[in-house]
Parts: sequence; structure tokens; C-alpha cells
Amino acid sequence: MSFEKTNFKKRESIDRFVNYLLFFSVFIAFITLISLIVDIFSDGFKWFDLQFFNSFPSRKPELAGIKAAFYGTVWVMSITALLSIPIGVSTALYLEMFADDSKFNRFIKVNISNLAGVPSIIYGIIGMAIFVEFFQMGRVILAGSLTMTLLILPIIIIASQEAIKQVPSYYMDAALALGATRWQAVVKVVLPQSIPGIVSGFILAMSRAIGESAPMIAISALVYLTFTPSGPLDRFTVMPIQIYNWISQPQDGFRGLAAAGIILLLVMLLSLNSIAIFLRDYFQKRN
Amino acid sequence: MNYTEFTKARRLKEKIAVNILKSIALISILTTVAILFFLFYETFNFFTTEMEDGGFVKPWEFLFGTKWTPLFKPQSFGILPLLAGTLLVTLIAVVVALILGLSIAVFLSEYAPENIRRIIKPLLEILAGIPTVVYGYFALTFVTPIIMNIVEIFGGNIIIFNALSAGLVMGLMITPMVSTISEDALISVPQQLRDASYAMGAKKFQTAFRVVVPAALSGISASVILGISRAIGETMIVTIAAGSTPNFTLNPLESIQAMTAFIVQISLGEAPHGSLEYTTIFAVGLVLFLMTLSLNIIGKWLVNKYSENY
Repeated sequence: MSFEKTNFKKRESIDRFVNYLLFFSVFIAFITLISLIVDIFSDGFKWFDLQFFNSFPSRKPELAGIKAAFYGTVWVMSITALLSIPIGVSTALYLEMFADDSKFNRFIKVNISNLAGVPSIIYGIIGMAIFVEFFQMGRVILAGSLTMTLLILPIIIIASQEAIKQVPSYYMDAALALGATRWQAVVKVVLPQSIPGIVSGFILAMSRAIGESAPMIAISALVYLTFTPSGPLDRFTVMPIQIYNWISQPQDGFRGLAAAGIILLLVMLLSLNSIAIFLRDYFQKRN
Repeated sequence: MNYTEFTKARRLKEKIAVNILKSIALISILTTVAILFFLFYETFNFFTTEMEDGGFVKPWEFLFGTKWTPLFKPQSFGILPLLAGTLLVTLIAVVVALILGLSIAVFLSEYAPENIRRIIKPLLEILAGIPTVVYGYFALTFVTPIIMNIVEIFGGNIIIFNALSAGLVMGLMITPMVSTISEDALISVPQQLRDASYAMGAKKFQTAFRVVVPAALSGISASVILGISRAIGETMIVTIAAGSTPNFTLNPLESIQAMTAFIVQISLGEAPHGSLEYTTIFAVGLVLFLMTLSLNIIGKWLVNKYSENY
């Protein structure tokens, strides 16, 4: 009978094969992630000790540490956070709650999404041109923070806009109906409701910033610092630059240091993301 | 103060507050203006600053020259070797990301049950969140030795710093981006199309690859174009793993220098303001900026196109 001549069985086995083939891609991504982590921990774990935290760079790998770079990262990130939150949230509030649909406001939105796609090294050289050279700041922490602020602003603005959009419109309507002005409704009702989204967007932006090497190289160049910065107008280096510097040294010991630096970087990223998840849950429960 | 005066004062205050917000929003416009101004201004300086032999770089020599030797004599500023380096690494990366990313996207949207999706999505987020300097380390210390062993078994010649290793790892780096955008496109294909395909007796793989993927093609191509843009602008992987020898070649086993890696190389040495070296990074930066900007505009146009279709 012709019914038995169908290719049903064959198609069934192709289907199963395709399923496995597609899963294999996921498997490759997973295996690579595992080998990356194993590679880094096996190279760096024995270098990851107190001496590593408390030492400055050195020509001898066994004496070198990440202290200067760690403090540099903390300084740059703190000032970046102080600058980028108010600017980012204000911009998002304006665009979502106060801006009409004029050509100009639409231009601002398109412009922000284009800025998000500019390669980070471009921000680096522009920051160097504006802050280091034009404003004569020199290669200091403040110049690094300002550059980093420009780099992560589009991310923070877009995330905050999304968070503000998520607030149901009846919150706004209810506040207005109770006699609040638009400003009061936005600042006292909509903004508090959108905080969880803004916070997780902000932390995501910060974890992007902590790992950025290229723009910081353009600002700070390769310096050999044996002190921790004491103010925003000091020279600095950050962890990714220090890691890059160790990677480019030929001796094996420095490879280990680089891997230890990466472990510290990954631990910091992991804690940041855990904080983001914790805060999101906390705010969600409270609301 | 009576009620009318009170509301008047309040309105005025709020008007001022909104205007403050508006002026803060203008910072983003200022950023764009500053980027364009400094890139074009320093590029202009690049073409009007004397080289060591007393001549000037001519724009067509910059765009079509095949020798890039800014740091030693005789100086030559043809950007094609840097461009070739960038495009070579990008090409390898995009092939990897397209194969892996599209497979993962099809798997997630058409095959995977919800509990497996919930494991794979965070995995992709972790991959997307790893700093590029870490990927660079991985390329140099893990992938490169493996490639070198394989090439040597076949008797080929390979240099430690090579385009292949950087390209493969960069492909892995942009895979999450390609798969996320592609998956969004695949998911937004209406269920009726799948149902119709099943009703005609098609199996899952036929439905996925002959119905759903073609229907989501504009979104998938958007993911690839945005991935290319990401790869072109990526800096640390190529700086660490691909080398710093500008090489006008398409051989992935050779050492190359990407545009971004050149900018880093000069930046590391604190090029003095106003020098030819200093202006060179802006000229290269302008080329990089224009390439990524046009790719991003095309990519976003395609994303909007598929969200309009359904």
C-alpha cells in the first residue's frame, strides 16, 4: 500500500537529529564558558592571596599585587555612579513623562539609542580630547569618571525609560485625580514605583563599566603607580588595565597574576549582580 | 498668600523643574556633538600636520594606501591593512556567532521546553556580561595553544598572535547578542504560521527552517548586522590575541592589527597632544565611528521593520 511508502519515519529521525544538532550549539557555548572559568581559576587561584591584595605593581611577579588598580576602580566607579544616576534618571523622566512628541524630543531619543552603539574606545579618545586635553584636567580619576559617565549614560537612560514605562498609567491618573500636579504625580508616585527597574538597570551599567578597559586606557594610559589615589585629581589605573598589562608581560608569573586579577573582577561582577537581584526582589515585595 | 498665588508659585516652580530636566536631557545631544566635532576636527589636523619627511598625509593615500607604518620611517598612512585586520577578525566572529547564535535562537524558540529555556537564558546573560579583557585572556592562553597544536599537526605555520583565535573568541562574545535578537524575531512570528505548517503535515524542523526562520529573516539579519558592528568596535580581544602588526592579508593564521588595537597601542604611550600620532587615532576613530554608526542604523531599521510586520 502506498501509505507505507511515506517518508514519515525518515522525517522523524531528521527531526530528532536537528534537535540534537541545535542543542549541540548550546552545549558548545556551555563548554566554552566552563573551560573559560576552569582556565582562569587553574592559572590564577594560587596567586589569589592577601599579598595580591596588599601589593602594588612590581617587576617581580611574586611581589606584585592589584592594590593600586583596585582602589582606582573603586574611585572611578563611585564618581561615575554619583554623576550618572541623577543625569540618567532626569533624562529618562523628562523623555517619558514631560516631553511631547515633537521632532526635537524624538531626535533626542534616536540620538540616545545611537550613542548606545558607539564603540567604547571612541568614548575613550573623545574623553581624552575633551577632559584630559581641552579642559586640561590631565590623566586623572575625574577625567576617567566623566568619560565613563558618558559611556554608560545611554544604558542607564534606556533602562530607566523602560522602568518608568512599566508603571501602570492608572497610578498617574489616580494621583492627578487627587489633585496632584503633573510634577508631584511623577516625582512622588511614578518615580518610586520605577525604582526597582532603575536600580537593576543602573547596576547592569556599572558592571559593564567595571570591565571596560579600552576607554580607560585612552584616559589613563599605562602608568606604574605605587600609591593609592587620595582624591579625584590624582592619577590612577583600573583593574582591567592592570590585568591587560600583566597579560602582555612575557613571564609566566604575570599570567597567573592576570588570572588572579580576573578572578577578583568576576567576583565583583557576581556580587554586583547578586545585589541587583536582591534589591529587585526587595522592592518588589515592598510594593 | 491666597490659594491662586500659591498655585501660581507652584506652577512656576514646576515649570522651572521641568526645564532643568530638559536641559539635563540635552547632555546626550552635547555628547554627540562633541564626538562628531572632535573626530572631524582632529582628523582635519591629521591631514594638515607634517609627517617626519615634511610631507602631508593625503586623504586618498589614507583611504586606499596598503602600507600602515606610522611609527617608523618611512612613515606611511594607508588604512587598508588595519581595515583588513578588523574585517578578517569580524568575518570569523560573525560566522561563529551566526552558526551558534541562530542555532541557539531556533532551539530556544522552537524546540526547548520552558525549564530548559530557564537554564539557558541566564547562561547567555553570563556570557554577555564577561568583560572583554577576560575573553582576550581566554583567547591567548586557552584557544591559541589549541589552534597552534592543530595547525602544527597539519604542518602549517602559525604565529602566537593570530586573527583566527581572536575571531573565534569574539564570535563567542557576540553569540548572546545574535541569539537574543534572533530569538525575539522568531518568537514574534505568529503562531498561525506554525499551525498552518503543522496542518500541512510538516515536521518541526521543516516548520522551523522553512516557515519560521524565513518569516523572521529581517530580525535575524538585524542581529547579524548589529553583531558585525559590535565586532568591529571591540577592542581588547583583538589587542590581546590578534597582535600589533598591520598586515594587509586575509590569512587568519597571520598576525594582524585591528583599527581598535592600533588606537590602544598609541594610547598606551600617552601620545602628546597635537602630534601626528595623536591625530592619527582620531582619523582611525572616525573611520571606525562611521562604520559602526551606519551598521547600527541599518540594524535598527531592520529590527523596526519586523516589529511592524506582525
